[in-house]
Amino acid sequence: MYVIQAAAVRGRCAGCLMAQSGRRDAPELPDFSLLKRLARDQLIYLLEQQHEVDKLYKVELKPIVSTADQLCFLIRPRIQTVKWISDVVNLDKAAGRLRRYKIIFTPQKFYACEAVLEEQGVFGDVTCDEWAFYLLPLDDDIISLELPEFFRENFLEGDQRWVGAAGGALRLIHSLYGPFSKVYGIGQCAKMVYESWREQVEDGEQKTQQPEIGNVFLIDRDVDFITPLCSQVVYEGLVDDIFRIKCGSVEFGPEVTSSDKSIKVMLNSQDKVFNEIRNEHFSNVFGFLSQKARNLQTAYDKRRGMDIQQMKAFVSEELKGLKQEHRLLSLHIGASECIMKKKTKQDFQELLKTEHSLLEGFEVRECVSFIEEHINRQISMIDSLRLLCLLSLTENGLLPKDYRSLKAQYLQSYGIEHLLTFSNLKQMGLLVEQQPGETLTVMESKVGKLVNDKTAGKLTDAFSSLAKKSNFRALSKRLVLIPKSGEEYDLRVPRDMAYIFSGAYVPLSCKLIEQVLERDGWTGLEEITRMLNGHEFAVSGGANGTESRIKADSQRIVLVMFLGGCTYSEISALRFLGRERGYKFIVVTTAITNSGRLLEALLDNHP
Amino acid sequence: MAFVTANWNPLGEAFYRKTELYEMGWNLKDGLRDCLLAAAPYGGPIGKSELTISLFKKIYIHIFITSSCIFLSLQWKSGVVRQLGWTVCDDLLCIQEDGTVLIYDLFGSFKRHFSMGNEVGQSQVVEAKVFHSPYGTGVAIVTGASRFTLATNIDDLKLRRLPEVPGLQGAPTCWAVLTQDRQSKVLVANGGDLFILDYTACTAVNPPGLSPQASSIVHMCVSFSYKYLALFTDSGHVWMGSANLKEKLSEVETKVRNPPKQMAWCRRPKSRQPSVVIMWDRHLLVVGEGKDTISYHLEDDSILVPEMDGVRIINGTNHELLQEVPASCEEIFKIASMAPGALLLEAHKEYEKESQKADEYLREIKEQGLLAEAVRQCVEAAGHEQEAETQKTLLRAASFGKCFLSNFPPELFVIMCRDLRVLNAVRDYTVGIPLTHTQFKQMTVQVLIDRLVYRKLYPLAIEICRYLKTPEYQGVSRVLKHWACCKVQQKEESDEVIARTISLKLGEAAGISYSEIATKAYECGRTELAIKLLEFEPRSGEQVPLLLKMKRSQLALSKAIESGDTDLVYTVVTYLKNEMNRGDFFMTLRNQPVALSLYRQFCKHQEQDTLKDLFNQDDDHQELGNFYVKASYKEKRLEARVAHLQSAVDEYNKAKNEFAAKTTEEEMRLLRFQKKLEEEKGESLVGFSLHDTLRTLLAVGLHKHAEQLYKDFKVPDKRFWWLKLTALAEKEDWEELEKFAKSKKSPIGYLPFVEVCVKHHNKYEAKKYVSRVTPEQKVKAHLAVGDMEGAADAAIERRNEGEISTILSRCSPTTDRALVERLNRAKSTAAKK
Repeated sequence: MYVIQAAAVRGRCAGCLMAQSGRRDAPELPDFSLLKRLARDQLIYLLEQQHEVDKLYKVELKPIVSTADQLCFLIRPRIQTVKWISDVVNLDKAAGRLRRYKIIFTPQKFYACEAVLEEQGVFGDVTCDEWAFYLLPLDDDIISLELPEFFRENFLEGDQRWVGAAGGALRLIHSLYGPFSKVYGIGQCAKMVYESWREQVEDGEQKTQQPEIGNVFLIDRDVDFITPLCSQVVYEGLVDDIFRIKCGSVEFGPEVTSSDKSIKVMLNSQDKVFNEIRNEHFSNVFGFLSQKARNLQTAYDKRRGMDIQQMKAFVSEELKGLKQEHRLLSLHIGASECIMKKKTKQDFQELLKTEHSLLEGFEVRECVSFIEEHINRQISMIDSLRLLCLLSLTENGLLPKDYRSLKAQYLQSYGIEHLLTFSNLKQMGLLVEQQPGETLTVMESKVGKLVNDKTAGKLTDAFSSLAKKSNFRALSKRLVLIPKSGEEYDLRVPRDMAYIFSGAYVPLSCKLIEQVLERDGWTGLEEITRMLNGHEFAVSGGANGTESRIKADSQRIVLVMFLGGCTYSEISALRFLGRERGYKFIVVTTAITNSGRLLEALLDNHP
Repeated sequence: MAFVTANWNPLGEAFYRKTELYEMGWNLKDGLRDCLLAAAPYGGPIGKSELTISLFKKIYIHIFITSSCIFLSLQWKSGVVRQLGWTVCDDLLCIQEDGTVLIYDLFGSFKRHFSMGNEVGQSQVVEAKVFHSPYGTGVAIVTGASRFTLATNIDDLKLRRLPEVPGLQGAPTCWAVLTQDRQSKVLVANGGDLFILDYTACTAVNPPGLSPQASSIVHMCVSFSYKYLALFTDSGHVWMGSANLKEKLSEVETKVRNPPKQMAWCRRPKSRQPSVVIMWDRHLLVVGEGKDTISYHLEDDSILVPEMDGVRIINGTNHELLQEVPASCEEIFKIASMAPGALLLEAHKEYEKESQKADEYLREIKEQGLLAEAVRQCVEAAGHEQEAETQKTLLRAASFGKCFLSNFPPELFVIMCRDLRVLNAVRDYTVGIPLTHTQFKQMTVQVLIDRLVYRKLYPLAIEICRYLKTPEYQGVSRVLKHWACCKVQQKEESDEVIARTISLKLGEAAGISYSEIATKAYECGRTELAIKLLEFEPRSGEQVPLLLKMKRSQLALSKAIESGDTDLVYTVVTYLKNEMNRGDFFMTLRNQPVALSLYRQFCKHQEQDTLKDLFNQDDDHQELGNFYVKASYKEKRLEARVAHLQSAVDEYNKAKNEFAAKTTEEEMRLLRFQKKLEEEKGESLVGFSLHDTLRTLLAVGLHKHAEQLYKDFKVPDKRFWWLKLTALAEKEDWEELEKFAKSKKSPIGYLPFVEVCVKHHNKYEAKKYVSRVTPEQKVKAHLAVGDMEGAADAAIERRNEGEISTILSRCSPTTDRALVERLNRAKSTAAKK
């Protein structure tokens, strides 16, 4: 069964390769629909075989109106949700209503949830189950754990509860598509996930098979905060920034559809129009779309001069596809227009200019006044915060004077509850005060000391982010993240990954991946890892030393796991890198993120 | 060799042979008379209990291994035993008269007991049977009240009381347990009537073609596989058929009318005919399809042990196996057989004698193209032989034959050699597991290893695992684990010695769970040893549950954290919370940041107050401040809100966070101000940020109050100007705007004035401000109001190439031709400079 599936997918891949004209020797991606099927079958089993569920409702934290004598909840193991369920049960009890309750936790049950049930006195009334659904393939090359809370809980609150889940996800991929021949990683969480995975693999039994995925790269989100904080200008990223893509689908409102209803669209490689423009810089998108529209017209025009027989064939074979394409095309044109309206405004251009100046470290004072005005005019809560963080990250902290005044002004604009937001940002090292007289060398030695100080153990490491400093300037110099300014950058023919930011900046995360793959490890990057707070590793061989002749194709398939989320821009950059170097990247992420989601996760203003 | 067929007896088309397995070494005074005896299938152990009950004699239960070396004797102190039996895990079941079933292990130590139901008490167990099914070991009893009770699996005890049998008084004449359709049923004969009892009903059945002379069924037996049934009638007939009573296989008249002592099916997989062994006191009869029978005389009282491929006969002196001769053996050894295997054996014999006849024989086989078949026959036959010599001869012949075959797969031969080596080892007198090759294949190596482990034959088990290259995880490691679990029970040795011995032995073995061994040690009351053993456990997560059980909670916490499994950490934290007083609990958490952050997470949702206590304990004033700020915006009443904020200010001050303290104080002031205004003007303001408050005030025209706020809170000029500018433009109060613009020099310049007017489509007002815009922004301002000429003038004046280009891009070549020319000229001059 599996072989047949794989063949079907290969056919599909060949199609998209031609469209993107990548290197001919690029390997083919493994088939991830298997993951979906596995999860689905398990859920169906849980629901049908065991509990005879016939209808599902969305959990909305509101009282339940239902006459059923059995309720089944399918939830994430969050304390808040479990508490809500306890309330439902207690309410029913008070009303003298007898029901059976079943909670299915996904991907796993936490003891804390059981403890809540126990404290609320309903432990005996409910039965629990687990649905080990770890991986949701969003596309041919994107798999998401759909755990947006991973970011806040792991990096802000030091709660490592999801490490095991991430390890489990990796184990699942390993057992289906492994064995991996090399695992690289950077970041403390990456290391823990790696260890958790190793442990799980050792526990289980090994089976040898043809590896489909050769290399794995694990990376923590806190290694690179700059990239997700920049405005996205690649089509898919822009759509995410503006319309917010959820689980690979987006809802286009009336302003896009030019009718009075909203339309929900799946955005993946099946959408042929989208597949061609998703990785493009926005400035090229219109050109593509109009070309496409012309092609479509030609295809329609073929009808003229057809005889009955040909017409019949045309209607039965091509027309449906053309219509579908037509529909999608008009949607994407609508979306692009909407984006244009929002993004070609003066404000956005200036915002981009400021971002680029910050990245280059050029005219910083003017940037500070821009940010100040941005705050003062109350333009956007999240954007202001984003600029503040970018300023802090690129400048290694704000000057004490700026730090105080910008914070005070921000509070005046958006309210005192953001005191907590600032406290969170400080803890994450996203928005900090420059330590006076601290040069880079002092910083480096400090960081070095922190890394070497093993006596503190890995526990205190969790809180080392307190002392974490961004060394962006030095990093960008060493890794050449900022292309030389002055040269024209032709966005139509991108020459490096910087195209995703209009040629202004090569994303740090992707650059690291490129460097490590090129060097087959971290050798030569010692300086850089030291500035990134260490925790890098490269482990080869994995379980099998016997497999001497590993399939060459699998070596070119690289699985990149972002712990704490990744952006569509980063995925576009990796796709570009893959096309250039003949790799295929598979992105596994705890969730798709962008600047908005990232910062919203750190707000503390929800009552 | 010549005598291989000496113990063969023909019956119908097949031969039967009785081979001696062991000479029994048990020293029994009375033979097997007057005792209960139970032997486990697959060459399992034998249990024997003396029946003679007298007041002066002690009663013993002896456990023997099949070769009859006495394993152990156990003085029986409990009630009257009706039946002995063995479970699939080699535990001894003693079923007592009162329905209690006691379970002992091989070494006679009591494991547990259970009851077959309360109602058994008065009526007492009349007869009991132990049976094996895919679901485990089961027990069936019949009481004096003629009721049957059945338990299919004693490890998952579910008692089934079967329906009453109509007309049955007292004990039935005979009965048997069947497993059909995934259910255990009882087949009962009451005189001539036959009934099947399942959980719900009692159905009368009729065996098809049962001889009419019979008036009563006196004995019955079910085959090992539960597929066949044999009935013995009072007329001396034996009826054989399928167990579902749908098909008759044969019926034979034995001419003996006494009820037999025991009856057993003697079949083997792929056997040629159904056959049953019937035993009377001194007489053994094998009946098959035809009229012929084989009869043996028995020297002694014996019992029959049915196996899947034959019947074992045990008596005071001998232990024999009676089986149908397997096809391959028959082909090879039958007198004057011309089967390829027989010829190959002959050829090899001649070859050993260095006779040229070997070649003749070989040629004969090869000409028929049957050499491969011959080799296969020899290998197979070797498997069925008990004698090592015979095995060797056959294997040598096979190996000889193989030489003349080019591509005969070697596995068959190699695996057989290996299997036989193992089988011969366990058949050894001292081990005493007389397995046949068929049985061995059926029960698998895993089970064999288990059974060796039950007998504590660890070295042999490990040898076999290594020899068969069983994966460590299932093989050597498992045996070692059992060994270690057994070792920790040795009370005479000190903890250190045991721990060291175990770690030495288990050192390199993969997949060993030290925590399981430690659990065993703890169960035996050796806590210290358990802790020592736990230290060898590499997976810290595994150590936690036991540590908690042993009340080493601190150690458990650090181990849990080491494991990286937050769930485990949380388990320990909850445990500690209930175990310790609050102070100690907090202190413990303080030393474990991971646990602390986890607990904080929980408290955030569940126990706000505990969270506060936690911060208090740590003197974490910053967090306390944050806590109060958060609490404040959950409050609706203003006073409570302010009170919370005041606490926050205090905490921030203690934390030396001046900034936060000051901002919080300002917030309190703002709240009071908002409240006051709200009361005075009825404008809803409380909870707004300063910016929003100002905007609202300006929007409703409360300029004075806005001014006051602006001064009181030191709002930056720029912000205030922006606010006021937008507010006035919103209201389109152009007059006021102009006044405002002239009030003093604008800190934000005048371009915003232009832009805001244009935004509200008032170009006329916009133009008023263009002149006041700084030179750098003039071009922009002119463009905003659509004054191309003005923009061009400004740009040319400044000689700024970029600005000129901007204007050019906005010009249309047709209408503004003159302007375009002028600009182009200016551009070129600007470029020259």
